[in-house]
Amino acid sequence: MLRKHWIVLALMVTGVYACHKETMDIFAGFQKPANFPEPVYHFTTNPVTKDGFELGRKLFYDPLLSRNNTISCGSCHIQTSAFTHHGHDVSHGIDDRLGSRNSPAIMNLAWNPALMWDGGIFDLDLQPIAPVTNHVEMDETMENVLTKLKNSSVYPALFQRAFGSDEITTAKALKALSQFMLMCVSSNSKYDKVKRNENETFTADEQAGYQLVTQKCSPCHKEPLFTDNSFRNNGIAIGANDDKGRYMVTVTAGDEYKFKVPSLRNVELTAPYMHDGRFYTLDAVLDHYSSHIQQTPNLDPLLSAGIPLSAAEKTQIIAFLKTLTDREFTSNRLLSEQ
Amino acid sequence: MKRIFSIITASSLFLIACEKDVSSQYNPSASADLSVEFDHIAGGQNVLLGTTSYTNAAGESFTIDMLKYFVSNIKLTKTDGSEYVVPQDSSYFLVDESVSGANKIKLKVPEGEYKNISFVLGVDSLRNTMDISQRTGVLDPAGTAAGMYWSWNSGYIFFKMEGTSPQAPVDGTGNRKYRYHIGGFGGYSTPMFNNIKTITIDLTASGIAKIKTGRTPNIHLMVDVLKVLNGTTNVSIAANPTVMVSPYSVNIANNYVSMFSHDHTEN
Repeated sequence: MLRKHWIVLALMVTGVYACHKETMDIFAGFQKPANFPEPVYHFTTNPVTKDGFELGRKLFYDPLLSRNNTISCGSCHIQTSAFTHHGHDVSHGIDDRLGSRNSPAIMNLAWNPALMWDGGIFDLDLQPIAPVTNHVEMDETMENVLTKLKNSSVYPALFQRAFGSDEITTAKALKALSQFMLMCVSSNSKYDKVKRNENETFTADEQAGYQLVTQKCSPCHKEPLFTDNSFRNNGIAIGANDDKGRYMVTVTAGDEYKFKVPSLRNVELTAPYMHDGRFYTLDAVLDHYSSHIQQTPNLDPLLSAGIPLSAAEKTQIIAFLKTLTDREFTSNRLLSEQ
Repeated sequence: MKRIFSIITASSLFLIACEKDVSSQYNPSASADLSVEFDHIAGGQNVLLGTTSYTNAAGESFTIDMLKYFVSNIKLTKTDGSEYVVPQDSSYFLVDESVSGANKIKLKVPEGEYKNISFVLGVDSLRNTMDISQRTGVLDPAGTAAGMYWSWNSGYIFFKMEGTSPQAPVDGTGNRKYRYHIGGFGGYSTPMFNNIKTITIDLTASGIAKIKTGRTPNIHLMVDVLKVLNGTTNVSIAANPTVMVSPYSVNIANNYVSMFSHDHTEN
């Protein structure tokens, strides 16, 4: 009798373990979620492979990318916070130097036509050069990064596995990092499961919040990615550093104080908010839209009168926003430092 | 008399032989060496990095501590009007006054006589947006292009000139520096200024290039960097000590298109 119990228990444990392994640890390549549009990334010049992804993951979490080997990409892009720097208005990089913008989420980048708050980088493969060489982030040169990788005892073999040759080049290192970042897909929130009819239903508050977001927060935070990837001035007061955002990239009159519309996915986990992390809570964000819009140059016309919201509506919106939290994404072992 | 006649005959034969030697032995299907030298001057003076002071049209004194720029997309026109385009993948060069030998670019060109050279000062928009795997050699952000690439606003810096001037305001580092980093390929999704400049130089007056196996012809260009500051717009270092991604960069690019002149060709 006792023995039979043990066998049943053992089988159950094995079953649970197997399940866990299946959903979390098996590399299945890049897959477009059923409720997502076609990605914009150029997979033809960089197909995602298991070995390329694993090399990219190792690079992502390796502090050798910084001048004094102290800061990795993962330092300011923490998985449990949807790859943001939770609790930091702006991030501290090397030698505790402070940047001027809030660390954005590394999430669903395959659908992102332009990166950074100002959209200055138009190809994911070119993105890592910016933080690596930025004086306040990793303060390193790409040349030194390649030298360190070449002199490492492990990397040449990993490049060999990923790209069929142990020659380490700028392109291969950047493409491996892209492969890791492309795999950071968040598509298993409660919202997604409701939309895909996967045995989830919204509560009354969540449903009411969904209606409100659809009416009042679109088209900027457009489904299903909850951003239209545009650049807009959302009426926050001009920062003390007079950060002109998109204008610094385009030098085009009319782009002053515009910043990229961030996705609302995992917004529960990515405080603080705005390009400079000025709002610490979602309540503060909603109060801004309902009551504190500033009439600054290039204010988005959709926001000229603000978005009036009652206290009950704010509660419902926040209830819905929390359905965009994707714990499978933030706890996926495949995306964690190994 | 007879002797003089003989000498004249011999001389004529020799002249004919010489001419024949040059004109008839080009093999257009064979490639041979050609170099193009960018000899930097400031008005009537040679450019010496860091040590010499020059004066611009605004009356400001300045040194040149750094001078480098991309030369790309080279085309040559033969005396018969036919054109040779240097293949894209071997048509990008970084001219750098601080690096020995980096003011001379070396090409392989089909044999023949060439009357015209043109090149892009900068990097064409296509290469600015190309896949990272196509950015090798001088375009590799981990190599020589490291200081010639804007990582935060994806694109190459075409032309970079830095130095000091007593008229420049004190900057954040406590120095009186000017910094001109000129780029801008027209914008990726939003149209922006385009500082890609094509320079065309006629070699007819000062010596066509005779390209032939076994020879090392050199097109010697004078590059007057005073013209970066003096021209359609007389740039004041005091008023514009730092010019990078700004509309004012267009004025500097419009000035520097005039800095190249053909001095001679060593055939």
